[in-house]
Amino acid sequence: MASTAAAISKEGTRPGQHTWLHALARWFFITVSLTFLAAVLLAPLATVFIMALSRGIDAYLHSFSDPDTLAAIRLTLVTAAVVVPVNTVFGLAAAWAIAKFEFRGKSILITLIDLPLAISPVISGMIFVLLFGLHGWFGAWLQAHNISIIFALPGIMLATMFVTFPYVARELIPLMQQLGNDEEEAAITLGAGGWMTFFRVTLPKVRWGLVYGMVLCNARAMGEFGAVSVVSGHIRGLTNTMPLHIEILYNEYNFVGAFAVASLLTLLAALTLVVKTLVERTGYRRR
Amino acid sequence: MSFRQPSILPGFGLTFGFTTVFLSTIVLLPLAALVLAAGSMHWSDFVHTVLSPRALGSYRLSFGASLLAACINLVFGFIIAWTLVRYEFPGRKLIDALIDMPFALPTAVSGIALTTVFAQNGWIGRYLEPLGIKVAYTWIGVTLALTLISMPFAVRAVQPALLEVQRELEEAAETLGAGRLYVFRRIILPTVLPALLTGFTLAFARAVGEYGSVIFISGNLPMKTEITPLLIVIHLEQFDYQGAAALGLVMLVISFVMLLAINLLQAWGRRRHVRAAS
Repeated sequence: MASTAAAISKEGTRPGQHTWLHALARWFFITVSLTFLAAVLLAPLATVFIMALSRGIDAYLHSFSDPDTLAAIRLTLVTAAVVVPVNTVFGLAAAWAIAKFEFRGKSILITLIDLPLAISPVISGMIFVLLFGLHGWFGAWLQAHNISIIFALPGIMLATMFVTFPYVARELIPLMQQLGNDEEEAAITLGAGGWMTFFRVTLPKVRWGLVYGMVLCNARAMGEFGAVSVVSGHIRGLTNTMPLHIEILYNEYNFVGAFAVASLLTLLAALTLVVKTLVERTGYRRR
Repeated sequence: MSFRQPSILPGFGLTFGFTTVFLSTIVLLPLAALVLAAGSMHWSDFVHTVLSPRALGSYRLSFGASLLAACINLVFGFIIAWTLVRYEFPGRKLIDALIDMPFALPTAVSGIALTTVFAQNGWIGRYLEPLGIKVAYTWIGVTLALTLISMPFAVRAVQPALLEVQRELEEAAETLGAGRLYVFRRIILPTVLPALLTGFTLAFARAVGEYGSVIFISGNLPMKTEITPLLIVIHLEQFDYQGAAALGLVMLVISFVMLLAINLLQAWGRRRHVRAAS
């Protein structure tokens, strides 16, 4: 795409008579784009690191020795370690059912899977409070049996699972639809079992789509703020994930600490984009 | 007609069963709880909560700022997509990759970073302050945060559509004496219109529900800079679950309408595409 677009867009190969007008347009579009992106995207990104390092590298590193910060990092890692595999298994199952078979109501099922993407993060958290909170549907029962879901780890995991629910599925479904069933049908006809066909034929074909979906799912799982904020209760050292801990440090005017944690999440986001670029370079494209 | 067409591939029962059960447990059941909680309210209480002056103020800000952000992204999204598709310049690939940054960046990080840059003493805020423009802790800041987090939707929707524009048509029109503006209006705009509208709707839908990045830059003054999701959180913190559910239901209904609009727009775009290709 890039090379053809580049070849076409060389000035002079165009038949238009106003070459200077094209040059002016080119200058205008590039300048406006870069200025806009610099103001709303690049400046904030740079700020994260400049603020994090504003008191020197020692203060930056020291902020990671705070036990509450370490607890927040640990909680975020544990949550992602549970949520991403669960949603990956779901994504694979959903993609197999939807891409390999024709059945009624398929488009409704796809819409329902995408539903969490259209819902405000605050609502995604609130629905679990309505179910499991103290005054919620199961609140009294849970309290009687001494089980805590809201303001505890299970609630954080449920809310995160909800918001990251569609990520793997929506990468895999169009990819598997596009690749078709011929090879799987051949494998089955030749006597391979269902699991063998899946692991030896399907999985290798879709591996890059799977990696991409998991990476996106992980980025969202580690960075989710709104939904987790509603269910976590913000108990320092216990139910604070990294994004929530950023809020607490920031509101306490501990800017170095807040931006230090933010810098880790920014690096994670950058890593996510690197993986995306690499995956696209393997020839896998979305839709 | 049977429920599904026959296939020699195995595993339909297992994967379909798992998908529907998991979907119901994690997504549908909790959403039903929201509808039930709002539905169990007395009608007058519901109206009283949903149409309270504070709620109306929050809708005005949430929907007004989201609409404005989506409009800004309609213009700049098109300009950025055009730049990335049509021009070759140093760093183009890097910029192209960076467009997705707001997708990958946690909203809390965007929020504190934007607030720092646009605060009165921030890099950009200090130049806007003498001009009388206050960004942080005003509705302008809210719009700015919403613009940033919904920007990739607009760019990524338009980019593939711009690649589809047939250059031969443009060049033919130009050799026949059409000006650039005429070519834009009659060839480029019709081709990318469905994509532009889809990007606009996606950006708006995302912006309406946004919470994380906004609460840092908005200042959260009731009636002035309080968005609807924040008002829901405030209701929840006061253990007013029904009030929160009522506001949540209003937002949920709006999300469904947006989702429907997006699906219709995409169907329209596909139909136009098929017609153009045949």
